[in-house]
Amino acid sequence: MIEALQYGFMRNALAAGILVSIATGIIGTYIVTNRIVFLSGGIAHAAYGGIGLGYLLGINPTFGAIAFALASAMGMGLVHRRTKERSDTIIGIMWAIGMALGIIFLDLSPGYKADLMSYLFGSILAVPTSDLFIMLVLNAIIVTLVFLFYRPLQAISFDETFATVVSVPVDQLYLMLIGMVALTVVMTMRIVGLIMVIALLTIPPAIAGLYVRDMKRMMLVSVLLSIAFTIIGLALSYTLNLTSGATIILVAGFSYFLSYALKSLTRK
Amino acid sequence: MTVEDLAAQPVIEISDVSASYNGYPVLEDINLTVYDTDFIGLIGPNGGGKTTLLKVILGLLKPTRGSVRIMGKTVEDGRCSVGYVPQVVEMDREFPIRVWEVVQMGLLGCRKPFQRISKTEREIIRHALTQVDMLELEQRAIGELSVGQRQRVYIARALATSPSILLLDEPTASVDPQIATSIYDMLARLNETVTIIMVSHDMNAVSAYVKTIGCLNTTLHYHGTKEITEEMAQAMYECPVDLIAHGLPHRVLSPHTHTHTHDHIGDHHHD
Repeated sequence: MIEALQYGFMRNALAAGILVSIATGIIGTYIVTNRIVFLSGGIAHAAYGGIGLGYLLGINPTFGAIAFALASAMGMGLVHRRTKERSDTIIGIMWAIGMALGIIFLDLSPGYKADLMSYLFGSILAVPTSDLFIMLVLNAIIVTLVFLFYRPLQAISFDETFATVVSVPVDQLYLMLIGMVALTVVMTMRIVGLIMVIALLTIPPAIAGLYVRDMKRMMLVSVLLSIAFTIIGLALSYTLNLTSGATIILVAGFSYFLSYALKSLTRK
Repeated sequence: MTVEDLAAQPVIEISDVSASYNGYPVLEDINLTVYDTDFIGLIGPNGGGKTTLLKVILGLLKPTRGSVRIMGKTVEDGRCSVGYVPQVVEMDREFPIRVWEVVQMGLLGCRKPFQRISKTEREIIRHALTQVDMLELEQRAIGELSVGQRQRVYIARALATSPSILLLDEPTASVDPQIATSIYDMLARLNETVTIIMVSHDMNAVSAYVKTIGCLNTTLHYHGTKEITEEMAQAMYECPVDLIAHGLPHRVLSPHTHTHTHDHIGDHHHD
């Protein structure tokens, strides 16, 4: 594993893993505590429409994905806010439409789509340095916003009604949060693919939530767990010659059930 | 003598308010003027609109008709003077938040964003927690507390908004009697300066601590007095079983309704 670091792609993979883990640990904590796991999965899949559009227009599919993820996030966020009943149905529909649009756009775009699979299943070993720069910028945005709005974000997550009563701008903050989810989803897609994004977003905070009852600590523990899963998964996939994204998710998933069992045992 | 005679200032004015959920009317033609340092107990059957009335006052539900003014201002501007204590059941126990942070929520909004917690704000939180006797548990996670303790944290959060008016929704539901008494004693103390509207099922407590009683069953029966008139008793006839079972204490009933209700009351308290 250590000698693998002499390769540039391996160093980029590690850097990408760490950068993405910072975002997933922080935003994943909000996703889990706000119970918007399904909505986040919807954003990830709807983003596929943007990837298709990127190919069709001949622009970087990542930018297409960012645009589609943000647009679908706002749409789903508004649906989630406005219609309390069965918003999951509407989110499910938007999820499928986004995916279908992506497939049609790809049908319409000419030529060979070389790295299409990497968006679906991730390709941490093929992260160009330019994408690292995008990740760095997105991370900076997320960390800054969470730092500035930590208290109101915690307030709307915990008790939206009370936050409204003390005139916190709940709607705006909620859409900002969903927007950050969209950005994180696009980043994470690079590592484990859009199909498995939701696992990396939810497993580390779910484990952290078993052991800590403080939001900041939950974020910190999630970031560290996410980094650990990425590095261990990467090492395993390198030595065993397995798909990196899936290996990372299996490491994370296995750790979750192990932690859960451990927690159940110690509680008695 | 009614409260109006005291020439106190109106703090909440509700005029001709009707409200509905999904087209189903919950409140009709509500008129209520609340004066400074009133302590109103709102009773009524489940589904009678008690919580809905609080939501309308707080601007959480738009009335279909009529208007609400708080301290002479619109609901959106005026509700910064209102401290709200919701029903304790509506809460996610898994949520990672500490007691101190919950009370800190009372200091959000109604003031500029990005403000650091100043020394005075820390004092406000400390004072609010002391008033409900929860300062020792300030670093506890909210999920680790008992129902009664959580209830007191919610009251502390409302107090942290430095309210002129307190709205409480069933503040003693699922709290043991000893804690309930301490909560009521505290409210009575606060009432020296703060106006209080309290929704409750607990008839005994309502009669012992509040200054006036209103009965809400889609329409409001309120006369600025502590007596339950015949029409209020009529409206309350549909009140939940536990209210009837606990019995209506003698002194809140006006003499002639008394004879009507006496025979039906099992668990009767003469205090």
